[in-house]
Amino acid sequence: MEKRFLKDGDVIAGAAVAALGVYITLAASKWDIMGPEGPGPGFFPIGYGVALVALSLVLIVSRFRSGEAVEQKSFDWAGFGRAMTTWSAFTVCAALMNTLGFYLSFALLTFFLVRFVFDRTLASAAITSLCSALGFYLVFGFALDVSLPIGFMGF
Amino acid sequence: MDIFSGLMHGFSVALMPTNLLWCLVGCFLGTVVGILPGLGPAATIAMLLPMTYNMSPTGGIIMLTGIYYGAKYGGSTTSILLNMPGESSSVVTCLDGYQMARKGRAGAALGIAAIASFIAGTFGIVALSLVAPTVADYALSFSSPEYFALMALGLALVVLLAGDSLVKGLIALLIGLWLTSIGTDLFTSQSRFTFGQSSLLSGLDFMIVAIGVFAITEVLNSIADSEETQILPVPKGLRNLLPSWEELKACRFAFANGSIVGFVIGVLPGAGASIASFISYGIERAVSKHPEKFGTGVPEGVAAPEGANNADSGGALIPLLTLGIPGGGTTAILLSALVLWGVKPGPLMMTESPDVFWGLVASLYIGNVMLLILNLPMVPIFAQILRIPVYVLHPLILGVSVIGAYSVSGRVFDVMLLAGFGLLGYAMSRLKFPVAPLVLGFVLGDAMERALRQSLMMSQGDLSILFSRPISAVMIACAIVVLFLPLLPRFRALKQAAG
Repeated sequence: MEKRFLKDGDVIAGAAVAALGVYITLAASKWDIMGPEGPGPGFFPIGYGVALVALSLVLIVSRFRSGEAVEQKSFDWAGFGRAMTTWSAFTVCAALMNTLGFYLSFALLTFFLVRFVFDRTLASAAITSLCSALGFYLVFGFALDVSLPIGFMGF
Repeated sequence: MDIFSGLMHGFSVALMPTNLLWCLVGCFLGTVVGILPGLGPAATIAMLLPMTYNMSPTGGIIMLTGIYYGAKYGGSTTSILLNMPGESSSVVTCLDGYQMARKGRAGAALGIAAIASFIAGTFGIVALSLVAPTVADYALSFSSPEYFALMALGLALVVLLAGDSLVKGLIALLIGLWLTSIGTDLFTSQSRFTFGQSSLLSGLDFMIVAIGVFAITEVLNSIADSEETQILPVPKGLRNLLPSWEELKACRFAFANGSIVGFVIGVLPGAGASIASFISYGIERAVSKHPEKFGTGVPEGVAAPEGANNADSGGALIPLLTLGIPGGGTTAILLSALVLWGVKPGPLMMTESPDVFWGLVASLYIGNVMLLILNLPMVPIFAQILRIPVYVLHPLILGVSVIGAYSVSGRVFDVMLLAGFGLLGYAMSRLKFPVAPLVLGFVLGDAMERALRQSLMMSQGDLSILFSRPISAVMIACAIVVLFLPLLPRFRALKQAAG
């Protein structure tokens, strides 16, 4: 097996989907498939679990079969890095929301994105984060009275 | 209630001041998100839906649907001025719209787009008003097997048309079915796929999934593909936005072509406005006396696709409102919005909720006029939205998404799930898995499982019930044909190789 196939998106996705299909099938097989009153809770999941495994194998096999003809495309690692940095910052912001509250964690997220992902100046990042947090407070907190996570600082 | 009295009742509802206001808000927001590249109507409706919980169902659906069809008007502005589609359905408009703008005819291109959208949009709404009651009457005879077969056919069409790969479309659909199974089984109270988390016992909320795979994914994709663009100037004054008589004359077939193609394609689940605009552009070019000029800035090249993507909205609302089967991601969110407000889309909606049904249909007529006004004289003002820096816009979208997800149940756990679905959507888009089948699988999965299990209970576990009733047999057969259609060329090639 050539190494480049192991790095192929379709092969990785196929393997992940196959694992999910196996998990669904195993979990569903423990529940009633067909009882005296008709199909049980395992009936539908076992069907799509098996189908997921079959389709993932089709995906992997068809990728191998067409492998010679498909050109290796250059992957945009810089773009991927920006997206993953944004996602990680967003996840950290979500995790901190119970401690810092919505407004503070959102302001920190905005500051980080503007300064490091969009590569703007420190002043731009500070002004954007402060203004957007204030804007969110005025629209959602003050005008619409939407309930949002409150942090240790009381907002 | 016949069609005429239904429409009259609808106008009395839609012309109430609050509903008129919500219609205007929806059309305005739709135009804004249509203009903004990287923010679509599905993401916007998903983000705003939790904030409409306290609205009346009629006002709420009028506003959210206004965003849906308003975005299609706005999308052309970005295509014409930036050569970048504001909406995926406006891709084709770039071909001739941007070339017209480069020749100094940006105003005429924007005017033609608005006029074509208005004519075709109105055609789509008239057709919706006439066809919907007939479809609903027919669907009244449906029972569980027919509903299961109908959903299977709808999902098969979505899988076929949503992406380049049938296998990837099917995988996305099955993942959607799995996600909707998470939680407690309705028939037996068995907990399924909850990973021991009590927070998952009530299942995943559709809003979390929708905001994650649409809004968060759009932000991540937009940040990954960041490009610098140059906006072309928009001429000021209404006179400079109106096309010449010759240009309008050249577009007369394009208006009809876009209207009919858009509506027919709109009715089909999964096809969507992008396919409608491509087909109508292709037809327009094929019948043109000067096909070689397409792509150099001909007005018909703007009118046909813009008309088609607007007529599509009327067609797409037919299966949603009369059968309860959405044909795409945005209509799936509209379906869940109606369900959240306690309105059941389907054949009985016209009789059980006439205010919502006819009020919505009438609001489409009103909204179309509002959009013509918003998109002709006010287009220079809307074009200024394109000057908002992305470093301001993207954090705002993330913030509104968080508020939308948190307001579903007031748990930070849902915000973490939102991040997870954002990552799933991003991975799917990078690996070229279509998102629409996942969303539709999630929306329809629960009803589909219920219909299948009820059918099998009726027949004591005999699967032939699905094939012994004529309507369900035809629909199941159609679904099988649809799924095997892409394999035909391979079979032919194998046969030829063997022969």
